[in-house]
Amino acid sequence: MAVVSRQDIEQVALLARLKLEEQELATFSAQLDEILKYVQQLQAVSTDTIEPTSHVLPLSNITRPDERRPCLRPEASLNLAPARHGQLIKVPKVIE
Amino acid sequence: MTIHELRAAIEGGRCDPRQVLDELLERIAQHNPRLHAYIRVEPERLRAALQERLQRGPRGRLFGIPITIKDNICIQDEDTGCSSRILTGFRPPYHATVIERLLAEGAVVMPRANMDEFAFGSSTESSHFGPTRNPWDPDRVPGGSSGGSATAVAADLALGALGTDTGGSIRQPAAFCGVVGLKPTYGRVSRYGLIAFASSLDQIGPITKDVQDCALLLSVIAGQDPRDSTSAPVEVPDYPASLGQSVSGLRFGVPKEYFVEGIDPEVRDAVEQAAKTLERLGMRRVEVGLPHTPYAVAAYYIIATAEASSNLARYDGVQYGYRAANGSRLQAPGSRPPQGDLIEMYLRTRAEGFGPEAKRRIMLGTYVLSRGYYEAYYLKGLKVRTLIKRDFDEAFERCDVILTPTSPTAAFRLGEKLDNPLQMYLSDIFTISVNLAGIPALSMPCGFTASKLPIGMQLLAAPFQEPRLFQVAHAYEQATDWHRQTPAIALN
Repeated sequence: MAVVSRQDIEQVALLARLKLEEQELATFSAQLDEILKYVQQLQAVSTDTIEPTSHVLPLSNITRPDERRPCLRPEASLNLAPARHGQLIKVPKVIE
Repeated sequence: MTIHELRAAIEGGRCDPRQVLDELLERIAQHNPRLHAYIRVEPERLRAALQERLQRGPRGRLFGIPITIKDNICIQDEDTGCSSRILTGFRPPYHATVIERLLAEGAVVMPRANMDEFAFGSSTESSHFGPTRNPWDPDRVPGGSSGGSATAVAADLALGALGTDTGGSIRQPAAFCGVVGLKPTYGRVSRYGLIAFASSLDQIGPITKDVQDCALLLSVIAGQDPRDSTSAPVEVPDYPASLGQSVSGLRFGVPKEYFVEGIDPEVRDAVEQAAKTLERLGMRRVEVGLPHTPYAVAAYYIIATAEASSNLARYDGVQYGYRAANGSRLQAPGSRPPQGDLIEMYLRTRAEGFGPEAKRRIMLGTYVLSRGYYEAYYLKGLKVRTLIKRDFDEAFERCDVILTPTSPTAAFRLGEKLDNPLQMYLSDIFTISVNLAGIPALSMPCGFTASKLPIGMQLLAAPFQEPRLFQVAHAYEQATDWHRQTPAIALN
């Protein structure tokens, strides 16, 4: 039985902001299903008393002095935008 | 020529760096069209950069020496694009920390070594700009994702290179191309200016022709950086000083979990021979267990894709890179209500900007992080990661380094695994645990298959024990001559 349904895949694609073609939806459904079935072998590992590791170094709360420092000129960043309007980045209409 | 040989020649006044660069550019013009190690090379810009270095210095450890850079490390005002369409036109307004460190030693940086798109792959076939080919057999892949860097070094189209390694992306291509590659301890090298794939796994490291060059490049790029809060406050030792020291009495561990079904007998035999060589050098072999090894690939592909899907959310066509052209409003996936124009722009930009493997990993990562699946997949993956890390902690109580194959096979053919993502993922089976545990590992040549493809072995050490890796790797290198063999293409 499939682990992921076609409906799941469509929902995930929307969440991930990917517009997928019909062909891609079909291919990814099958491939993700195969991969997810493979990773289910982890369920065989007993982890009830195990803490998760999200990060390997024992570092926490790295801070720096709260001081003014040089930063990029606004122009250096704005120049990278695909579309701009003066000192603003231009995007398609946001509100209906 | 190696970096250390060139350095000695330049410092001794026996060699003009301009001539070295010209010869390099000539070789690139001759071989790059076929091998495609570089996405693009701009000879005049490089000559100008070298001229500037020669006039103004600094006369550091890499004075006048070109170092090749993978396409995911930011170089100010140079196209940097992760071999992806979605970063079209992106010229970073700043240098990555590793670039600043290379420049501070007088190096010339050579941009745009080809890679799998966003480092997603083990073959360099997923590059938007087309695949790189293996210099030992151009019908085969160079490995990945740092395939461009490894091919350039092996084919003598580079003196040395930087790659990045999230699940084996330095070590596996180094093995496939017959060169040396190091994944440093997590936190050893600053990730500032490295375009993120999986932030808890990524590290930048050297790909070089020998162990001495590897130690030299690491000593240049390593160290804490205030701009990367995950860079470790650990002093950088004198790596080159660990070369040439006796390894007699050191213990190397051999984990039985790495010599299992699926490993090519030629690879197994070559690594067994390497173990005998280490014993001849006076090292003692101990058997160690890494019992959670079989779960590494599964844990990795949950954790790495989860982090990737978050990191790649920033590519939305707004602030930089590719944006889909305005078009008529299309229906979103499935029969959903029409989306606003901005959402439509996101959907189309990402659909057009990312290749199939990037989409697959974004989908997988989004899925394992979504409500209802988070605990079953992501949290489970993080717990298994703890167990994998513990395996190594325990093993290193019994040995100084661990010896394994780098990859279960030598280089595979172009296209062989492209339609089967799971098979492609399984080719990383021996390299992935290292990233999950955050430990350092070095791949180096240890033989050839009957059809003259390089075989790589991997040396692993406890966190921040890179000097131990260099010591053992250098002793092995001195006792063998695999690293002196070059592909026919490099002799032309």
